[in-house]
Amino acid sequence: MMMYTDLVMDHFSNPRNVGEIENADGVGQIGNPVCGDVMRISIRVVDDVIEDVKFKTFGCGAAVATSSMVTEMVKGKTLAEAGEISNKAVAEALGGLPPNKMHCSNLAADALHLAIEEYLEKSGRGDEVEGVLGGRPKAPEPSSH
Amino acid sequence: MRSVYFDHAATTPVDSRVLEAMLPFFSEQYGNPSELHRLGRAARQAVERARAQVAAGIGAAENEIVFTSGGTEADNLALFGPLQRFAPGHLIVSAIEHAAVLEAARALNRAGWDVDYIPVDALGTIDVAAYAAAFRHDTRLASVHLANNVVGTVQPVAELARIAHEHNALFHTDAVQVVGALPVQVGELGVDLLTLSGHKVYGPKGSGALYVRRGVRMAAAVHGGGQERRLRSGTENVPGIVGLGAAVELAVASQAETSPRLQALRDRLIAGVLERVPECRLLGHPVDRLPGNAAFTVRYIEGESMLLQLDAQGFMVSSGSACASGSLEPSHVIMALGVGAEEAHGSIRLTLGRHSTQEEVDAFLETFPAVVERLRLMSPLYVKG
Repeated sequence: MMMYTDLVMDHFSNPRNVGEIENADGVGQIGNPVCGDVMRISIRVVDDVIEDVKFKTFGCGAAVATSSMVTEMVKGKTLAEAGEISNKAVAEALGGLPPNKMHCSNLAADALHLAIEEYLEKSGRGDEVEGVLGGRPKAPEPSSH
Repeated sequence: MRSVYFDHAATTPVDSRVLEAMLPFFSEQYGNPSELHRLGRAARQAVERARAQVAAGIGAAENEIVFTSGGTEADNLALFGPLQRFAPGHLIVSAIEHAAVLEAARALNRAGWDVDYIPVDALGTIDVAAYAAAFRHDTRLASVHLANNVVGTVQPVAELARIAHEHNALFHTDAVQVVGALPVQVGELGVDLLTLSGHKVYGPKGSGALYVRRGVRMAAAVHGGGQERRLRSGTENVPGIVGLGAAVELAVASQAETSPRLQALRDRLIAGVLERVPECRLLGHPVDRLPGNAAFTVRYIEGESMLLQLDAQGFMVSSGSACASGSLEPSHVIMALGVGAEEAHGSIRLTLGRHSTQEEVDAFLETFPAVVERLRLMSPLYVKG
């Protein structure tokens, strides 16, 4: 088994922004319990800025750490800026992840994008989804394994 | 900082008496046992003494012990050794064998052997009827471990060996988790081949042995100078072999005293966890289980997260979750018990050893519920009821 970086362990041991925002403006959930990872991210949006963000995660150390990291990265950012953040960027911000964690446990940015998408659609701005998320393909379900 | 080691099924520390026995054979008594001079003879004598210790520990004859580099090599030799002498036929293993047996069986399958993987029940006991029904006229060997390394269930190996012999098949058992934990006598078990490992019994890593009943014909695993009955050539790992001999002797001698104590600690641990952690269940058989093994699934949280949180609190444990095992699948053992994948991801294994104490168990029982609660509050699957 590969080692985690100190930063991963820090985010795992002291996760930032754990919880759920009541009456959130957008909620995104990805993964499934059979695969061993489920991440749910909720956001509060004011003037297209992510004012608050919280996560709940079922999963391994990497799943918790990436969830925690993505909430730190996007708090105070505009939706467009948040839309630019990729799973890869989250992993890099943590100083890297073991290779076997890159696939199944590194979906936090996808969960965030689903939350943004839900927000836009709920606000009648579904036509902006593609622009805000940078034409990024909609977050895929992880392949079954 | 607190340091509590509850992972004795993974490995054990080398006993100081074992280490002491080994040390001379690194740089003073460094002879090659194949040489006839004084140093060579001293090394040969040490190797043969260890062979006698291992043989005595399991009720075997000295010439029935083949030293290997460990349990995995012994398991491989147990399958390939006898079977390479036959044209591809049929082989039976349990579904919850260690990877050393399962992967060897898969390799044989690729070489043309048919393999049946016999299921187990919810407590991890092999389905004896399915096992008995699986034999064919060309079944050459059945391999079922004496006890499972993950969930601790002890298998009815004497009965399984008898059934194999009724069908003129050989029977192998991997006993690496059992030597020193329960009495292991090859005669009573009636097995043809039995695997044991040094580092599971307070001996050194890189040491192990295969018991090969007299009369079982084997093909060589390693070709060369003909050491170890020509089955496993190569200059003997003299310090490792000496350590294995000493470790097996000590473990077997203290078994009757150690096992009841461990069993009482184990039962305290199991009862304490089940009482304090809701939606948690014991894995494996409640009675027919290894004295030091306590394994659980905990709903709504994942095993590696538990492992890491406990590690941060000074408790070293193991998990059969996908992440902790380094694969994408939860442990094949836990899945074979009929536990769903979601629950199987939340598994945790605690294995006690010779030095485990009630204070350590009680400290764990104090810590564990808070770790579970913390992770559950972080889990989107958990709704506090």
